[in-house]
Amino acid sequence: MNRHWSKFNIVSVVLGFAFLYIPILLLIIYSFNASKLVTVWAGFSTKWYTAAFANQGLVDAAWVTFRVAIISATIATVLGTLAAMALARNTRFRGRFLFSGMIYAPLVMPEVITGLSLLLLFVAVGMDRGITTVTLAHITFSMCFVAVVVQSRLASFDRSLEEAALDLGATPARAFFSVTLPIIMPAIVAGWMLAFTLSLDDLVIAQFNSGPGATTLPMKIFSQVRLGVTPEINAVCTILVGVVTTGVIIASLSIKRQEVRAARAERLATQT
Amino acid sequence: MNALQPIVKRATIWLPYLWLLIFFLAPFVMVVKLSVSEPAIAQPPYIPALDWLDGPLGWWEDIKKFSFSNYTFLTQDALYWKSYLSSVQIALISTVLTLLIGYPLAYGMASAPRTLRPLLLMLVILPFWTSFLIRVYAWIGILKKEGLLNQFLLWLGVISEPLTIMNTNWAVYIGIVYSYLPFMVLPLYANLEKQDSALLEAAADLGCSKMSAFWQITWPLSRPGVIAGCMLVFIPAVGEFVIPSLLGGSSTLMIGRVLFDEFFQNRDWPVSSAVAVILLLLLIVPIMLFQRSEVRAREQSA
Repeated sequence: MNRHWSKFNIVSVVLGFAFLYIPILLLIIYSFNASKLVTVWAGFSTKWYTAAFANQGLVDAAWVTFRVAIISATIATVLGTLAAMALARNTRFRGRFLFSGMIYAPLVMPEVITGLSLLLLFVAVGMDRGITTVTLAHITFSMCFVAVVVQSRLASFDRSLEEAALDLGATPARAFFSVTLPIIMPAIVAGWMLAFTLSLDDLVIAQFNSGPGATTLPMKIFSQVRLGVTPEINAVCTILVGVVTTGVIIASLSIKRQEVRAARAERLATQT
Repeated sequence: MNALQPIVKRATIWLPYLWLLIFFLAPFVMVVKLSVSEPAIAQPPYIPALDWLDGPLGWWEDIKKFSFSNYTFLTQDALYWKSYLSSVQIALISTVLTLLIGYPLAYGMASAPRTLRPLLLMLVILPFWTSFLIRVYAWIGILKKEGLLNQFLLWLGVISEPLTIMNTNWAVYIGIVYSYLPFMVLPLYANLEKQDSALLEAAADLGCSKMSAFWQITWPLSRPGVIAGCMLVFIPAVGEFVIPSLLGGSSTLMIGRVLFDEFFQNRDWPVSSAVAVILLLLLIVPIMLFQRSEVRAREQSA
């Protein structure tokens, strides 16, 4: 769409972004507040960060969360990519409708239902709740997000490139790993990051599926927040926001660069 | 047609398929099964309604013993149907508010200079990456009685005494709109950005005012985006747990929270399963609508 950028447009964009960003900015600013009262400004201080790092419970929870997120994102990316290939390349197979239903439904399914149902499964097969069950639960819902992200990249992928590799004598595996995979790599990386942050974020599903010794950071934050807003939690939240934001910005810049390069290579390959 | 070897090809389908069958579909069967079981003071706290080891004949015996007392219990206690109603109501109001804020934002983004658009898109996606819990938490400090919003409004002189927003439904609306705004803006933007501006020029040439051109051309064309955005907000909002429990008050009834409390505080697993089954039935139509629009969108882009 190419239109005149009117005053009304500018104002709605500015107001929209103000609404999206001011709360987070205020949270960050007040994490540097010297006062224990979260809403009264009493000068700059980093003491809440020291306090957060000294809190063993928080550090342990952060470690659990990090491990769960790394493992679940990695497995979810493999499964999600396979699912995306299955959906994008096989327009017809038995049970496709059910399959695509199971991919799209978790995207909107209320978390309480997903959490409860997985817990019942684990209880029924007699699995103890802990890090393993949380990881399995996270793989299940985040693989669907990965599948959707990768599928949209595969939809625009030119199949003739892979066919050309096969004609030139590459084995199917070789054709996949040296032609298809590099081209869909940006989507796979984006999918992994999405899975990682979804796992990092999740409170409800973890609450249902974790057991003693497997308290994740969101669970810890939630139980403390219920008692009231504390500057220490503000500090933890600021660190989390900072880590995720930096990661996303770096990754999307490098994906952008790689995409430009890949597009150029793809164009060259199809021209010659 | 597929270049990969048949076995590998089959594995690409069956591996994720099997995973989802075990970890997505089977758990739902468990929920349904548990919802017709009797509660018990035990670990786990219920008597299984169906024992897989009983064999086909035994299953029939088990089925005859299914107890629907959990469902009748839901109809007897007003708390439950009131919670369902108020969840749907809160989700509806929030969805409409999100649309009212999200549409102008998406429209403004789509009309922005082409070079600026990737940056704006990134700015919409970025909050989506930051923790949901943290974004909800950030509002507590703002909406509290002695919070930043009240301080600001008092300082402006707009109000003479602090407003009570925290722990009311309004806080829940604000929380939902804020958390789900990117979900509304992204499909709307994708739709609006693709629309052909020549249509609007043609309308202007034919003497159509900007306002009526919008209502007669842009709005109807953006319907798929509106539907996708509204579903992405409405469905999860109905079962929302974090927002009502952090921002809502004791009078804010939402079914996600009821289910959670039933499970963790009353430890009544069969009743919370029955609550989940009804919630799922309630959402099945919107979920199917969403899935159909998703599949159609994918197939068009393919």
